[in-house]
Amino acid sequence: MTVYAAPLRDMKFVIKELAGLEEVAALPDYQDLGVTDVADAILEEAGKFAAEVLAPLNWTGDQDGARLENGQVISTPGFADAYKQFAEGGWNGLGAPAELGGQGLPEIINTPTYEMWNASNMSFALAPLLCAGATECLKHHGTEEQKTVYLPRMVAGEWAGTMDLTEPAAGSDLSNVKTRATPAGDRYLLNGQKIFITWGDHDMTDNIIHLVLARLPDAPEGVKGISLFLAPKFLVNPDGSLGARNSGLTCISIEHKLGIHGSATCTLAYEDAIGYLVGKPNQGLMQMFTMMNEARLKVGVQGLAISERGYQAALAYAKERVQGYPMKGARGGDRVTIINHPDIRRMLMTMKSQIEAMRALNYVIAMHMDIAGHHPDPATRKAHQARLDLLIPVTKGWCSELGNEVTSTGVQIFGGMGFVEETGAAQHYRDARIAAIYEGTTGIQAADLAGRKLVMDKGQAMLDLIADMHKVEEQLGKAGGDDLAVIEAFLGQGIEALNGATQWMLATIAQDASSVMAMSVNYLMLVGYVCGGWQMARAALVAQQKLAAGDDPEFHEAKLITARFYAEQILPKATALMSAIKAGGRSTLALAEGQF
Amino acid sequence: MKLLVAVKRVVDYNVNVRSKSDGTGPDIANAKMSMNPFDEVAIEEAVRLKEAGKATEIVAVSMGLKACEETIRTAMAMGADRGILVETDAQLQPLAVAKVLKALVAKEQPQAVLLGKQAIDDDCNQTGQMLAALLGWAQGTFLSKLEVGDGKAIVIREVDGGLETDEIKLPAVLTVDLRLNEPRFVKLPNIMKAKKKPLEVIKPADLGVDVDPRLAYSNFRDPPKRQAGIKVKTVAELVEKLKNEAKVI
Repeated sequence: MTVYAAPLRDMKFVIKELAGLEEVAALPDYQDLGVTDVADAILEEAGKFAAEVLAPLNWTGDQDGARLENGQVISTPGFADAYKQFAEGGWNGLGAPAELGGQGLPEIINTPTYEMWNASNMSFALAPLLCAGATECLKHHGTEEQKTVYLPRMVAGEWAGTMDLTEPAAGSDLSNVKTRATPAGDRYLLNGQKIFITWGDHDMTDNIIHLVLARLPDAPEGVKGISLFLAPKFLVNPDGSLGARNSGLTCISIEHKLGIHGSATCTLAYEDAIGYLVGKPNQGLMQMFTMMNEARLKVGVQGLAISERGYQAALAYAKERVQGYPMKGARGGDRVTIINHPDIRRMLMTMKSQIEAMRALNYVIAMHMDIAGHHPDPATRKAHQARLDLLIPVTKGWCSELGNEVTSTGVQIFGGMGFVEETGAAQHYRDARIAAIYEGTTGIQAADLAGRKLVMDKGQAMLDLIADMHKVEEQLGKAGGDDLAVIEAFLGQGIEALNGATQWMLATIAQDASSVMAMSVNYLMLVGYVCGGWQMARAALVAQQKLAAGDDPEFHEAKLITARFYAEQILPKATALMSAIKAGGRSTLALAEGQF
Repeated sequence: MKLLVAVKRVVDYNVNVRSKSDGTGPDIANAKMSMNPFDEVAIEEAVRLKEAGKATEIVAVSMGLKACEETIRTAMAMGADRGILVETDAQLQPLAVAKVLKALVAKEQPQAVLLGKQAIDDDCNQTGQMLAALLGWAQGTFLSKLEVGDGKAIVIREVDGGLETDEIKLPAVLTVDLRLNEPRFVKLPNIMKAKKKPLEVIKPADLGVDVDPRLAYSNFRDPPKRQAGIKVKTVAELVEKLKNEAKVI
């Protein structure tokens, strides 16, 4: 079992110095909230809740996961009480608008708290994450009545929300959704089966609101014939009180999984279950994407969060475990803690630097969400939305893949004890694994990046991003100092790799789309590494200034050195990936199926 | 009944504090700061008294740098109604704090002052007692239970030999121990509301209090590092070492 303390110092640094807290706080929708005044207090209290309530239940959730008994999912002991505390603490409504009972706070505050919930207890955190997604979707597409009845209770955390998309034959390809919806008066009867429904059933809230994809009788084939329905676990009376059980909707099994045991992954049977249409017929998939984009960003944050948890565990072990002698020490002298060994340092720095890069990227993305959604000037909103759309698949894919690597390195630092479950390092590694799979696999994210986001404006959004990176490179050159000069040189190579790969992708896609797709994950990772380098370089610029002013030298020196490590040891991966991309997809695709 | 609760901004209990190299004090320039945990218990108790209908108003007070406002905001997020900061960059010692509190009692007229029995930074355990003496009030210190009645309070004190139950007259100074209650988690909506609660900032001079230190600190240093132990072969050797090396017998 490992402990967790929210990395408040770095979180505050990133939201204030890199992500532009002040700029977001000044937006008209937020300026009365005094976001800059309350930010520290919110992060500190959220950190306390995460560390003292959620983190101690993480190991319990792993060892004593959700169970299915008589058609009802029983959650891990302690989870229901924690959910109640979470809801009563108002955390579920942090980002929801005030008229629904939320606090209406911006993403730049919401995102660090999401990191904390997921780092302290990823299984638990999925419940509020999905509820927020369902709330967002219903807010945009629901009828006035649906909004009045359901939303305040979902925001208050009295009722939970889920998204029911996947079916046995419709996973990454949702065009094959087969669940049917038959009109029956003012409602619909749903028939079909949904699988892999996260928190699809549980005993933590009085009701669960399912948003379900299904087909109307006359619906066209494919994605254009999918509609969205709302199916509550318990039917709701017009006055908002709970009515009869929606008996046609049952949980018939839950999965035995590699990780996130605390979160029930349900198979739901719809047998004449009552549902209500959300929005217009046949618009379901588009409406669901309101949730999906949000959810994909949050899965990026999960990759960051689980990496941080794995790092904290490994760091504590490295400082405590005595093994071997120092490089220069004489045998027979005192043995040292393993943090004194160069290779353990390499692993810790690899973890730390990539975590800080992911954090910076995710919080900067949060800022783009806030400005894209709330800036008074349409052109500014549009520019930030373009950057956001481009970076959604990048953060989802890159951070979830790094989550696998970083938590694996965490196990490595524990050595044999990491392979033993009791230390808890292995749980983080197992829990991390899902992030690169759900909400669209890394391959799907890469296809979205290379096949849609990159080409839809002929690469303009990416070229704008590259131009912004060049500006940071220039600032590094002007700022002076050995560290910044080194970072400048490595960042320059990284940008060159990104630019080269981008030009190749754009030039190749028309005549050889398969080759581009074969290289798309390489491209996504390349974009991720260079974005990380760009953000760490920005952090280094701030850190050097702060150091010169004598402000918190311990923190800022560590930041500067960590940024230099990232530049020297992580960024060169971009150049290697560019070489691989430019080699093209021919060898990837050449073998006949029988030759495998 | 109106309650005055004193809350101190201290180095967070998780921080490993070291001395400055020149020995002039602890090095806390960039340390994480929080509310003294004993004072958190005091605020929590006051809020519970208010929720039980026994207290009508809770005023949270702190003194020191401008940053102490954060501590007062936390107290208000927990349930205090308003706050007073006595702003000064002077080094505040228990007697000065007690004098400031006495002046605030004259200004606010509370029926009780609640505060932690000590602060986790200097561990003085003096302020409450000094305040009671200056006010000529009854005092209940080291409380692990508090029941407020009409014009009096029944308190259980944690003393060396066990638990002592006393009945004391109000108004009184009450200093609390950690076992009195478990402070609540602050709720997000209350953090937002706390920002809008009134917080008055005054100076010691406005209260006519001289806060100049009466004690001078001459040197701060870290405790000596623990030495590795040795194994002794005989009892005689142990006795010899205890007598001549450790000089404890």
